[in-house]
Amino acid sequence: MTWYRLRQTIKLGAKSLWMHRLRSTLTALGIIFGVCSVIAMLAIGEGASQEAQDQIARLGSRNVIIKTIKPPEEERADVQGARLQEYGLTYADAEQFKHTIPDIQVVVPQRRLMQEAWYLNRKVAIEVIGTIPWYTEIAPVDIRQGRFLESADLKYRQKVCIIDEEIFNKLFLFDDPLGADVKISGDFYRVIGIVSKVESASENGASEADSSGQIGGVAGNVYIPLTTAKQRFGEINLQIGTSGQNMEKVELQQITIQVKKTEHVLPTVEILNNLLSRSHKKKDYQIVVPLELLRQAAQTKKIFSIVLGSIAAISLLVGGIGIMNIMLATVSERTREIGIRRALGAKRRDIIFQFLSETVMLTMAGGLLGIVLGSLIPFLVTHFASMPTIVTGSSLILSFGISAAIGVTFGIYPAYRAAHMDPIESLRHE
Amino acid sequence: MAIVKIEKLSKNYQMGRLNVAALRDVNLTFEEGQYIAIMGPSGSGKSTLLNLLGCLDRPTGGCYYLGKDDVAQMEDDELSMIRGQRIGFIFQSYNLIAQLNVIENIEVPMYYQGISARKSAERAKELAELVGLGDRIDHRPSELSGGQQQRVAIARALANDPLILLADEPTGNLDTKSGGEILHLLDDLNNQGKTLIVVTHDAQVAKRAEMVIHLLDGTVERIERNSKGN
Ligand SMILES: Nc1ncnc2c1ncn2[C@@H]1O[C@H](COP(=O)(O)OP(=O)(O)OP(=O)(O)O)[C@@H](O)[C@H]1O
Ligand SMILES: [Mg+2]
Repeated sequence: MTWYRLRQTIKLGAKSLWMHRLRSTLTALGIIFGVCSVIAMLAIGEGASQEAQDQIARLGSRNVIIKTIKPPEEERADVQGARLQEYGLTYADAEQFKHTIPDIQVVVPQRRLMQEAWYLNRKVAIEVIGTIPWYTEIAPVDIRQGRFLESADLKYRQKVCIIDEEIFNKLFLFDDPLGADVKISGDFYRVIGIVSKVESASENGASEADSSGQIGGVAGNVYIPLTTAKQRFGEINLQIGTSGQNMEKVELQQITIQVKKTEHVLPTVEILNNLLSRSHKKKDYQIVVPLELLRQAAQTKKIFSIVLGSIAAISLLVGGIGIMNIMLATVSERTREIGIRRALGAKRRDIIFQFLSETVMLTMAGGLLGIVLGSLIPFLVTHFASMPTIVTGSSLILSFGISAAIGVTFGIYPAYRAAHMDPIESLRHE
Repeated sequence: MAIVKIEKLSKNYQMGRLNVAALRDVNLTFEEGQYIAIMGPSGSGKSTLLNLLGCLDRPTGGCYYLGKDDVAQMEDDELSMIRGQRIGFIFQSYNLIAQLNVIENIEVPMYYQGISARKSAERAKELAELVGLGDRIDHRPSELSGGQQQRVAIARALANDPLILLADEPTGNLDTKSGGEILHLLDDLNNQGKTLIVVTHDAQVAKRAEMVIHLLDGTVERIERNSKGN
């Protein structure tokens, strides 16, 4: 097959497709929509799973998060007649983890409280996180100004705080926050640093919101030394509900453990389960394993892709059958031309090539158009539905390849039919 | 030198349970440069013979030497090759390809022989001029008269400089005048040495041939020989 003949065949194919442009367009629509939906679906799927994975990755793949949860209600009378419910993770737990679990990099206990922060006459809802300097190891906080907590802050129970950018924006407008004093629950804390905002993944915050009786709506985080938090806020939380006064005692809302390598994660979880089931009679904790979540997300994505892929495959199959139908009609319409060409020296494979290339051209043109539309749709979805979408290069190549493959698959039979017609009969055909 | 030699050529068609013998033991020899007419009543097997001579079909029995080779039982691809290289067809209903213009129609046989674009365009133009259509090269068949279309068909038949030209009632669809012009053109070609085999009902056409083969019921009834040049 010389370049000249290829060019001639393409020219001829384009000509006859152009002669029946309405028919060609209608036929190609099946492929256009098929390819379009493949790309759009993959882009939306990819976007959704990327978002989920990012969220999980923010929790840290080497981290194991143990959270305090409120156990099923269990009444115990207090000395003063009010009910005191004592549950959750304790400092002792944190110490125990540190000493009994091998392969641990760092153990970061956290006391989390819903509060309000004041500066001058401005107020903002915050989550106070009492923690230790190693918090920066387990959460993606970047220091923008000043510094994070240091050991001395904990040792001397300094009333210092680090605010995140969101709070900085809400409270400080034009003032320099470093060195300013922010009022939280009646105490003033000196701002020593500003850090990036940690987007709280859905796992964060929920249980704390329960225990402190406040629901969501916080603008950002304020970090203070764990020791200061213990001293200033205590561990008792008073709730006034329908059943009267309700007191809770919770030492720590969360302990985050980071292990040295990802393969240590699962053994560590096993040890944790053992330790905690022995020391906690009530099920007042929950273990979150970001790595597991990541794996689940990957699995979900795989299933999602298979389902979307099958739907797209069906629509492409329908498009392909439409193309085969039209090509069969074309072949019978052009029977005489085929006879003429055969009489003038065309071999069977020349006829096959002619019709096959016409089909492939049609499907590839449809594929290209589908790619253009298919890349546009995710863009619109992101723009108007603010859903994340990712159009991957591989999905474009894949769908273009598929459309060419459909051309070959569904074009081969009509082309074969054309090539195997009897030349004499074809010449007699009206 | 014998350019066509057929020996005991026969063709049967199976029509359900009926076996129709369209040709029976036909023996013929044509020399290079001859003008041969094939005549006979309808159904006598003229078209069947021409299709066999044109390698569009395979005989049920017998041999067919075209040039040096026995092409009687060749494979489909080989037959395509023979048709493209050694045979030029002229049909009663012209059989041009409607989407292609004059030049492109003339180029079709060259295309299947893999002749380069430049060469085939050049030759197509020459041939268009030869048949008197030098000024119509980009016309579509639908924009040409019957006589002009048949000229294009003749030019196309000459494209690969074939051994024999086969025509099945080439003037059947034309009026006397344009039919006469076509016959003139064929005469010219024959005078230049082309071997012509023409199926016809027209005694006027037969008069021009040096050899007239009369078929009857699939057999050669008689062969009439004229002196060359009317
Ligand atoms: N494809 C076919 N199937 C069955 N029988 C056929 C076929 N083609 C031709 N025949 C038969 O063969 C015989 C010869 O047919 P052919 O077409 O060669 O006649 P012809 O001499 O060309 O007639 P006409 O002058 O009408 O064109 C006829 O009896 C015809 O019915
Ligand atoms: Mg006939």
